[in-house]
Amino acid sequence: MSERYIIEQISMFCKNEPGRLASMARVLEENGINMLALSIAEANDFGVVRALVDKSDRAKEVLTDMGFMVKVTEVIGVNMRDEPGGLTCIATTLADADINIDYAYAYSGKGAAVLILRVSDTMVAVKAILDAGHELLSRDQLG
Amino acid sequence: MPFFNHAIETLRRSEIEEMQLKLLRAQARRMYERSPFYHARMREVEVMPDDITRLDDVRRLPTTKKTDLRDNYPDKLFVPPLEKIVRYHVSSGTTGQPTVVAYTRNDIEMWSESLARAFASTGMGESDVIQVANGYGLFSGGMGMHYAGEKLGATVLPAGTGNTRRQVQFMMDLPVTCIACTPSYMLQIAEVAQSMGVSLQDDTRLERGILGAEPWSDSMKAKIEDEAGIKAYNCYGASELSGPLFTECEAQDGIHVWGDMALVEIIDPDTGEACADGEKGEMIVTMLQKEAMPLLRYRIGDMSSLSWDPCECGREHPRLMRLTGRVDDMMVIRGINVFPSQVEHLLYEVPEVGKNFQIVVDRVGNLDTMLIKVELEPEAFTDDILKLRHINRQVADGLKAVLNIKVEVQLVGPGTLPKGESEKASRVIDKRVM
Repeated sequence: MSERYIIEQISMFCKNEPGRLASMARVLEENGINMLALSIAEANDFGVVRALVDKSDRAKEVLTDMGFMVKVTEVIGVNMRDEPGGLTCIATTLADADINIDYAYAYSGKGAAVLILRVSDTMVAVKAILDAGHELLSRDQLG
Repeated sequence: MPFFNHAIETLRRSEIEEMQLKLLRAQARRMYERSPFYHARMREVEVMPDDITRLDDVRRLPTTKKTDLRDNYPDKLFVPPLEKIVRYHVSSGTTGQPTVVAYTRNDIEMWSESLARAFASTGMGESDVIQVANGYGLFSGGMGMHYAGEKLGATVLPAGTGNTRRQVQFMMDLPVTCIACTPSYMLQIAEVAQSMGVSLQDDTRLERGILGAEPWSDSMKAKIEDEAGIKAYNCYGASELSGPLFTECEAQDGIHVWGDMALVEIIDPDTGEACADGEKGEMIVTMLQKEAMPLLRYRIGDMSSLSWDPCECGREHPRLMRLTGRVDDMMVIRGINVFPSQVEHLLYEVPEVGKNFQIVVDRVGNLDTMLIKVELEPEAFTDDILKLRHINRQVADGLKAVLNIKVEVQLVGPGTLPKGESEKASRVIDKRVM
């Protein structure tokens, strides 16, 4: 049941140089793939681009064809209250359940604020968040 | 003190060559009798010690290649009795395998004597204070300079490498007249001195630099002499030969190779034919008096020319006129010899990266930098940036351990670097202006 809350994020290895993100974005555009959220983690000369897209399988395929290294990673998206304290209760819930956050990024707008999380134990996190009465983004909401 | 060993240094060419023949015959005999390696080699080419009757006969003896050093690691080229060995130094080989060099007490004596003569030929003597800013330790540079300075009777300050501000401070506080280091480090010292508001020319007694262990040009020499207000003397040597051995004399017109220490041949690397006096070619060196690890006709890999023209300093010992490059793909980074094959070798030990690589060498300020681009294996790609950084660090640490210098490592995507042996040149991009 809670599998539907596990979202597939695509991660791409990306050399840190002008034009790399543009070529990646162009491939997605040309294939009609929409991005819901994006984050870039950088380390020295390279970065890892992480994105939530509406068609992750297709995105992986076309980006791999273009020569990008792509990996699909499981994350969860938590709907936050778009007001002060929205993040506090989510973070507290995870802390109480002894779940570590590997990384996180968020977007807000269109009446929603979503926190995307990569955590140490996805299933435990899903349960803890649902039990605490929070809402999770489900897979079908993406695409 | 113009001469350190007057009798030897003032020999005429004919006397030098007569002495070289005698020493070569004795060395060949010793090798044949005591070195299993050279015994076999000489039998292979069917040359017996007694066949050496003229100096030109050296060309009948077998040559020694870097691969021979690798294949005989660590001690198969040592010549008994092994209990006479008093020291080892270690230098990098062409792959992960280093080269161990052994010395008897006499080898250390001769090495020190050779460089002490060279120091004296630059005008140095007992009243000089030499700051040795070469590396001490396994690298033979620092200790070679150190022992030669003491042999000369000068005062030695074993500063070692690094901590440039302190190096400058020493020059201010002590009557340092000479510094031994790499040319690029000399420029670095000059720059740091300037930033400290110190004029090496006015605020110190520095007069000369014994500079070597990396290639440098006449324009760099001019820059050093101008910026530091010193005379810069080129120095030549290699661990396989002992360490730093020879320098330019006061005339600064070529490096005197003491004829009783070394027999240098210059050959055409393609045909193997001997080059004429003054003609550029590949250097082959036979150390005539080394005991613990003597190499016959060692193909050291440097390109140069040798001149027997009498020097204006009065010495007739031949001079290496100009070191013009390498026969192989060895690079010198911050005074350390680096072979691309060493990098390749290390990459085989890190499964997360591919075997393709590219080395980018540059000089930032006055210090060499080395960037190594390696391809991440697709299976090793992970969303976890810490793991990727760990792979990066693993390669960097491994290379540091093998090469003895700090390198930057850049992970790139698979298939993004030029491939294969055929494009060997593109594996190394050297942006330095020497």
